[in-house]
Amino acid sequence: MVSDIIRQMHSTPPITGTVERDTTYSLSHLQELEAESIHIIREVAAEFENPVMLYSIGKDSSVMVRLAEKAFAPGKVPFPLMHIDSKWKFKEMIQFRDEYARQHGWNLIVESNMEAFRAGVGPFTHGSKVHTDLMKTKALLDALNKYKFDAAFGGARRDEEKSRAKERIFSFRDQFQQWDPKNQRPELWDIYNARIHKGESIRVFPLSNWTELDIWQYIRLEHIPIVPLYYAKERPCVEIDGNLIMADDDRLPEKYRPLIRPRMVRFRTLGCWPLTGAVESTATTIEEIVEEMMTTTKSERTTRVIDFDQEASMEQKKREGYF
Amino acid sequence: MNKDLDIKAYLDADEQKDLLRLLTAGSVDDGKSTLIGRLLFDSKKLYDDQLAALERDSKRVGNAGDHIDYALLLDGLKAEREEGITIDVAYRYFSTNRRKFIIADTPGHEQYTRNMITGGSTANLAIILVDARTGVITQTRRHTYLVSLLGIKHIVLAVNKMDLVDFDQHVFDKIVADYKQLTDSLGIDDVTCFPLSALDGDNVVERSERTPWYDGPALLDFLETVPIHADRNYRDFRFPVQYVLRPNLDFRGFSGKVASGIIRVGDEVMALPSMKRSHVKSIVLPYSPQAGDDSCDPDHPQRGAEGDVAFPPQSVTITLEDEIDISRGEMIVHPDNVPSIGRHFTTMLVWMDEEPMDTGKQFFLKHNTNTTRATIAAIRHRVDVNTLEKKPGQPFVLNEIGQVDMLTAKTLFFDAYNDNRQTGAFILIDPITNNTSAVGMILAPLDESTLATDIVPTLDLQKLGIEPEHYDAIEIIVKELARQGIEVKVKTPSSSF
Repeated sequence: MVSDIIRQMHSTPPITGTVERDTTYSLSHLQELEAESIHIIREVAAEFENPVMLYSIGKDSSVMVRLAEKAFAPGKVPFPLMHIDSKWKFKEMIQFRDEYARQHGWNLIVESNMEAFRAGVGPFTHGSKVHTDLMKTKALLDALNKYKFDAAFGGARRDEEKSRAKERIFSFRDQFQQWDPKNQRPELWDIYNARIHKGESIRVFPLSNWTELDIWQYIRLEHIPIVPLYYAKERPCVEIDGNLIMADDDRLPEKYRPLIRPRMVRFRTLGCWPLTGAVESTATTIEEIVEEMMTTTKSERTTRVIDFDQEASMEQKKREGYF
Repeated sequence: MNKDLDIKAYLDADEQKDLLRLLTAGSVDDGKSTLIGRLLFDSKKLYDDQLAALERDSKRVGNAGDHIDYALLLDGLKAEREEGITIDVAYRYFSTNRRKFIIADTPGHEQYTRNMITGGSTANLAIILVDARTGVITQTRRHTYLVSLLGIKHIVLAVNKMDLVDFDQHVFDKIVADYKQLTDSLGIDDVTCFPLSALDGDNVVERSERTPWYDGPALLDFLETVPIHADRNYRDFRFPVQYVLRPNLDFRGFSGKVASGIIRVGDEVMALPSMKRSHVKSIVLPYSPQAGDDSCDPDHPQRGAEGDVAFPPQSVTITLEDEIDISRGEMIVHPDNVPSIGRHFTTMLVWMDEEPMDTGKQFFLKHNTNTTRATIAAIRHRVDVNTLEKKPGQPFVLNEIGQVDMLTAKTLFFDAYNDNRQTGAFILIDPITNNTSAVGMILAPLDESTLATDIVPTLDLQKLGIEPEHYDAIEIIVKELARQGIEVKVKTPSSSF
């Protein structure tokens, strides 16, 4: 069986061979990616009137935010940070967000779909699709319209998911914020076409060419703070439809409560707590996380419930304007 | 050895790897996706769940018989999964113990030349696939021409499906000879040829026992070691100013990406177009991470460390000894090594738009950080990408390539694309649809003394009855319009700006 071979490959310890690279006037891959991202971020600041950086509080966002800080150092970043709060994020995420923004002098905008929230929309009662449509996609679209942002940075990487692998760095959105995969602007060299008509916008992905390992490596080398949920700890969990869900607040339906058990877990991605599965882990340092990642047999997004809603579902969500 | 130390050592080594960007091109049935899948697979990049999905899909819609259909892994979008072809550029990532790779996977069939050009513009190396049974065909010729047009320095000819010709050396040698003839005519000298079977893995990651007559390395081995460092231009310093950073009165920095050449603190520099000179006072680098450097205090991460040298493709901020007014779109160079400065040049142009070329149109031309109005002043010829013959010059349609002369409103600072990929490239943007209509690789500057027309309109302020006290305000507006790509000249009784 091929998957047995793969498993075997993954369990082989990493080879620690020396890499010889002439470092005179040459960059490591990480330095090259950093330079590329900073160039992209500055290009947006120069070409657009009203850009915003979308902030998900995840590890990729943390790297993107740091790159923006660097792009304008010693000055301040000339655009705000915006978080779309679905009202179902982990408490630790919100705390981290507010602390980071305050410490680093960011202008932080937080927007939510309050109408749907008041109506009681949530993943347990309405399912992941309705919840995501209303609390994430609609909240984002409303917020972009409200502030009339003409460019929005996102932290998506091309190695995360198949439809993202085909998206441009400057990704054009029509006035309904929709992505048309068949009608993308050619993108050559490092010359980005930033021209849009009123009401249209561009989503910009400065981390397009980073891989998951690059992100961890950069966090490690740059000592970038991340939400503690990424590290393993004993947390109250309950198994729902094969996912390990952490009981983050008292909105967990009654029927699951007796099933809560303490489990040593961490999160590979962060989102709405009822939709983000934990993985059992003992990794408490970045090195251990990386080691776990390299020997793991599941790709990053499998702990996200929303990707499995329907076939090609991420592509569908992108077409509708969700990232 | 301690496990923690092991992973630390691994990460430290990983950090030192460089990056190779490669383009793959081939016809629909050359097995391109299979080759990429094989590289990803054998470098352990596939996860269990991806593999399980792949096995499931292979049985359902695969075209590879009993084998795993790697093409399904790469063809991400719903629409194309149904059509069974890759329709756009897809990027793939993998790494080995020696190097990191980004693969731009582009389709081979005719109507998508546009995508191959898009995928290849940043590539260091191109893999051109041919089927051992058919050898060098029209598509091979076209792909090779495009690769040479893009200035990709290293070419790999992957002669695939060798298993279907019984690994016959004569077949391979004949294809290689045919191909060398083609590359010689295009002036490409760095070509390396491999006999492969992507499906079975022969000579992909490990040398195959089925080709005892082949004494070269396996493909992956070659990709891991081909030197790319010297491909960049380190000779001609070009720094297109991207963003002017003025956080306070004491700091005035010019941010941008070093397009080419090397700059040091203390160097004498000149700003274009003002020709004003100064010296480099400081260079602010991003804190470029170094393995094993734990000097960084987690609470006060270093941002903007000072360096004494900058080189391509670093993104840096330069400060100068003297106060010189330099804006976005202008360029900092060494005074003894300047690019062409002008508004008129001849260039190769690839038409990327469904809408055919309209020579009466004023396009936006974006070159580095500079945006200006531009027109296509003359069409010299079109190239038949299948025969490489020149055809009469008439307006291009989608995927057509040829030589034209461009006239711009603003002065550009450029080099020939062959000398400098960064300062020799530009895109044309349709002013109505905002689509990227065409992309260009500059060949040479043209004489400007013969330019009959100025494409820039002039406002005569005195004639328009505008009082001198408004001139300053008008200058600000004109500068802002120029920043947005709309060029207007202003004439006053005493000067013009």
